[in-house]
Amino acid sequence: MLKGRHLIDPSDFTREEFREIFDLAHDIIKDPEKYSKSCEGKILATLFYEPSTRTRFSFEAAMLRLGGKVIGFSEPNSSSTAKGESIADTLRTIECYADIAAMRHPKEGAPRMASRYIQMPLINAGDGGHQHPTQTLTDILTIERLRGNVENKTYGFCGDLKFGRTVHSLVKFLSNYEGVKFIFISPEELRVPEYIREEIVKKKGIPFQEVDKMEPYMGELDFLYMTRVQRERFFNEEDYIRLKDRFILDMEKMSYARPDTYVLHPLPRVNEISPEVDSDPRAQYFNQAKNGMYVRMALICKLLGIY
Amino acid sequence: MLNITSIEKGVVIDHIKAGYGITVFNYLNLDKAEYNVALIMNAYSQKMGKKDIIKINNVIDINYDFLGLIDPNATVNIIENGKTVKKVKLEVPETVTNIIRCKNPRCVSSIENYFDHVFHLVNKEKRSYRCEFCDDIVVPYSQDL
Repeated sequence: MLKGRHLIDPSDFTREEFREIFDLAHDIIKDPEKYSKSCEGKILATLFYEPSTRTRFSFEAAMLRLGGKVIGFSEPNSSSTAKGESIADTLRTIECYADIAAMRHPKEGAPRMASRYIQMPLINAGDGGHQHPTQTLTDILTIERLRGNVENKTYGFCGDLKFGRTVHSLVKFLSNYEGVKFIFISPEELRVPEYIREEIVKKKGIPFQEVDKMEPYMGELDFLYMTRVQRERFFNEEDYIRLKDRFILDMEKMSYARPDTYVLHPLPRVNEISPEVDSDPRAQYFNQAKNGMYVRMALICKLLGIY
Repeated sequence: MLNITSIEKGVVIDHIKAGYGITVFNYLNLDKAEYNVALIMNAYSQKMGKKDIIKINNVIDINYDFLGLIDPNATVNIIENGKTVKKVKLEVPETVTNIIRCKNPRCVSSIENYFDHVFHLVNKEKRSYRCEFCDDIVVPYSQDL
């Protein structure tokens, strides 16, 4: 039963509960019109303490396409946060007006902490360099639509694996499935955090490699998940500049990949995927963005207890 | 040889790893105590070579999670009428609340401070803990573990 629950981290739901969300999302894609009045009379609050394009718009578009309404802010200076209000107090206030909320915050753990103070379902829309579970829903829906299921596949993750919250959530999610293998491609300084490597991947006995070159591994991959180096998480600009262009996917590197290797990216992209790759049918990152809206429609319905 | 007399009623924390006695002393706010307290550092120990001991001539609340976190091999003896009436065996705690703070500058606990700071044990041998909010792993009191 997902009604009334929070989604802060992929470990909050079971495989079966995620299955319910994906099944509904696949059905929404088939016939979106059927769901156009599902959330009539309901209000979604979008609390974005950090900039966002895709996530905020896709949450808002999702609620509007379900017939619901949206309130919220897109930067903290336009809320009482500017007056020094605590996160908990802001959430307790918003709970008086909305039925469900999506929250993005630059500090890691902010949604988990906030969820302790409210009954209204809260969705983590990204917390610092930590987790981004609804991007994972988007990624998984895309993977299922391309290859049927997530099991028995090799996933390459490339770029900023230290601060890349979408990587952390996706690895955490995939770690519950049989036959998955991971290849983490990054500079030494941007490797996956200890809690992901030691507490999740190693503990679950998942085969993985940590490498610093793309080409030799391209042929092994079913999916290549590219990420942007997260400039906003660095305390030192020099480190960012030194690391930002270490991995750039271009057609030369794509020539090492199999015809059925798909490229995903949570977007926004900076330099890490050359625009020439966009027209390759294996590049699926813009389809991911579209799937994001449908899967968020499914998530909102489930957390509100509709369907 | 330094002689410290035995106590009548109170607590003796023995077998503290040498060098950690002062940490325990400070955590228990014993510098403000109005009763007799002895902090013995580098006492001879057949088993440990050197150890620290704290003798408290009063009945006080002891946070066993904290002591287990600092040194699970320490022993706590409850003294009544000059005799040990109870020995408490310490353990590395599974969860610690409001004892350590997250050092990750990106953690929500670095900007807001009205909630409990909770950490969960990750590795008993290393005594490493995971922040409940940001998942950052810390090894508190890790010098020469």
